[in-house]
Amino acid sequence: MKHLALLLLFATRLALGGDAYPPQSIYRLDAHLTNQSGVAHGLDVYAGQPVLITMFYGSCPAACPLLIDTLRAIERAAPPAQRQRLRVIMISIDPQRDSVQSLQELAKTRRIDLSRWTLARADAATVRRIAAVLNVQYRQLPDGGFNHSSVITLLSPRGEIAVQSTVLAKPDAVLLEALSGIP
Amino acid sequence: MRGHVSRWLVALLGGLLSLQAAADHAAISVRMATVHGGTFESVLPPAPGVKQLTVADFRLDRTPVTNAQFARFVQQHPEWRRDKIAALFADDRYLSQWPSPTEPGSSIRNQPVVRVSWFAASAYCEARGARLPTWYEWEYAAAASATLPDARHDPAWQQIVLSWYSRSASGTLADVGRTPANYYGVQDLHGVVWEWVDDFAGMLVAGDNRQQSDPDSLRFCGPGALTMEQKENYPTLMRIALLSSMQARYTGAAMGFRCAVDARSTAR
Repeated sequence: MKHLALLLLFATRLALGGDAYPPQSIYRLDAHLTNQSGVAHGLDVYAGQPVLITMFYGSCPAACPLLIDTLRAIERAAPPAQRQRLRVIMISIDPQRDSVQSLQELAKTRRIDLSRWTLARADAATVRRIAAVLNVQYRQLPDGGFNHSSVITLLSPRGEIAVQSTVLAKPDAVLLEALSGIP
Repeated sequence: MRGHVSRWLVALLGGLLSLQAAADHAAISVRMATVHGGTFESVLPPAPGVKQLTVADFRLDRTPVTNAQFARFVQQHPEWRRDKIAALFADDRYLSQWPSPTEPGSSIRNQPVVRVSWFAASAYCEARGARLPTWYEWEYAAAASATLPDARHDPAWQQIVLSWYSRSASGTLADVGRTPANYYGVQDLHGVVWEWVDDFAGMLVAGDNRQQSDPDSLRFCGPGALTMEQKENYPTLMRIALLSSMQARYTGAAMGFRCAVDARSTAR
């Protein structure tokens, strides 16, 4: 029965394509991502659940490790009912250096729970488009590093931007409140 | 006999194909100009303390994309029609100057298409196997006068550029291709429309706000925000200010675009 329901859901999504999502949903973006295990998926890999999504680069010395800590702090501070459902996607802005393997290594060294988190990469043009729908600013520097804005976006189960936060190192109260309000 | 005919057919097909290839190539060289790269001092230094940057050879549309050209694109890719596009990809003024979702009307066919979002502009270029130029490519090409690859310190050129900008504030858009070709054969970089660039969102002109003690201001990872140089270059600084204030779904009444490709690419 469960399989039948899943099959139906899958068939519906195939039939409706991206139009199944609301006009403002970022899941409308046709983005081909590859995760830390080499599995291909779209932005909507966690559709149906609230999602924290952010962009980073693996070799970032300062703000990016802090970004992971902040995401964890939000998870811990979330109301228990939402904590179970909450998922996290981190997308690399550095497709040259963040290979599947280096994402896998980052997941290991930071002990990331891959049953609930996804580290993903995409080609440069896709990265640009994802940054555009998330209003993330970034720019490569001559030494290969990046300047980028650290924005954590909370997505509704259908991929709409519920709230965006630039607060790092502690959970943003505004974001937590929005999370509690997600049905 | 049969072998003879098939050889003849193959030769004919081959001839047609090479004709087609030649036509494609001609279309490219007509539409795009080659910009030979080099080292360059941007008004946006690539990093604090770094002045020079290198732009690789690339090709750039000679003129901004017109309403007629963009209309062909939305006819072939209906998901980019103003009545089909998702709100994620364009604001509600997108192509609102056209009388219908697929036709721009005869009087503006050769004017630059405006009221297009960054998403739509990128998709148009991608459909041609091209892309939007980067900021540095755009600025590099736009530094050229008719005779010099970098005329930015030529007072006469500065005067011409400034006068174009003061004129463009008034009313209707001109048809493309009315301004003199620059050193590379590119037209309309100044004085016609503002233009999207691929990395418009990456300019970070906000001042250096990284204070290690304040987590709120660690928003920018990396060696810090940029500072603008060459303050006498107002028209370029105006562009940067405008581009930095845009979001990818925004459209503007004087905001158009043109496409670029790497020098070796085979875009149409």
